[in-house]
Amino acid sequence: MKFTVLVNEGPYTHQASDTAFHFTKAALEKGHHVLRVFFYHDGVLNATALSVPPRDDRDVVKRWSTLAQQYQLDLVACIAAAERRGILDSEDAKRHGLEMDNLAPRFRISGLGQLVEAAIQADRVVVFGD
Amino acid sequence: MATKKKIMIVNRKAPHGTIYAFESLEMALITAAFDQDVTLAFLDDGVYQLVKNQDTRPIETKNFTRAYRALPDYEIEKIYVERESLNARGLTPADLAVAVEVLDADTLAQRIMQQDVVFSA
Amino acid sequence: MAMLYTVNKSPLERNALESCLRHATVGTAILLIEDGVYGAMAQTAFTPALEQALQKLHIYALKPDIEARGIQDKILPGIALVDYGGFVDLVAQHSPVMAWL
Repeated sequence: MKFTVLVNEGPYTHQASDTAFHFTKAALEKGHHVLRVFFYHDGVLNATALSVPPRDDRDVVKRWSTLAQQYQLDLVACIAAAERRGILDSEDAKRHGLEMDNLAPRFRISGLGQLVEAAIQADRVVVFGD
Repeated sequence: MATKKKIMIVNRKAPHGTIYAFESLEMALITAAFDQDVTLAFLDDGVYQLVKNQDTRPIETKNFTRAYRALPDYEIEKIYVERESLNARGLTPADLAVAVEVLDADTLAQRIMQQDVVFSA
Repeated sequence: MAMLYTVNKSPLERNALESCLRHATVGTAILLIEDGVYGAMAQTAFTPALEQALQKLHIYALKPDIEARGIQDKILPGIALVDYGGFVDLVAQHSPVMAWL
């Protein structure tokens, strides 16, 4: 079955990103196809490369990147939500005249249309938020 | 796209205190551009999003609520507001900035059940 | 096909579960996750509403969230516990899926 997952909250403050991760991982392990994990609202903060959690805690950002690498998972952060909250890929940074970018590995930034398109193609859409 | 999907965007949160209402509205407008069967539902504190005369100048934020009046221009014609939620907040359709269809909770539940996709925030 | 609602809020703090139950048609499945699992407890102020809901709905709760909160011995009988794999199965078996946030 084809799933699309929407994550509306950032890491650590809310449990939503943790639950979304465990759900996505379980779906992939069961052989389902996850078309896309889309990050919206504060969910785009899951895509920061600058998160440095203490060693005795989980690394939420890296965990998403690793899962994406393992399953060729498409992780997409909404561009409008991301720019507003200071998450930029190198192209966005250049366009806005900024010298640094901070998008974590295996994430990409794109428009909300990517969520709608994935929702149209999926058999199920599951939302995680607060 | 061969068949249109029924996509509902459910709004249960008040505007201004958090960004959910604003960004959900952006999601609604983008979804409408995909030529799908789009419905907006407002219940619980989400009904406050549609109240008329909202003026955000004193709090210096963007007054995105004006865009609700433009929803028909985006061909979003199904705008449901739940009767019980309005009543609990002392509101009537006359207090709202847009023309809506008022549904009771049972009818709204039926409409939710008919969807292919339900977005919420 | 029956639909699936997820609820992630304690019913004693927010109205998400109460509102969800008001919009649940007969046969709807409800999965309590995160702080929503507090809604699965016996002997709370919300328990009578949940007992009534169990007459017409299928109610599930996410076991990892129950264990994380130390309430594994206080769950109301009649509520089925699932792990993340069970969550995935519920999503596959129901449509649409809606999150009451």
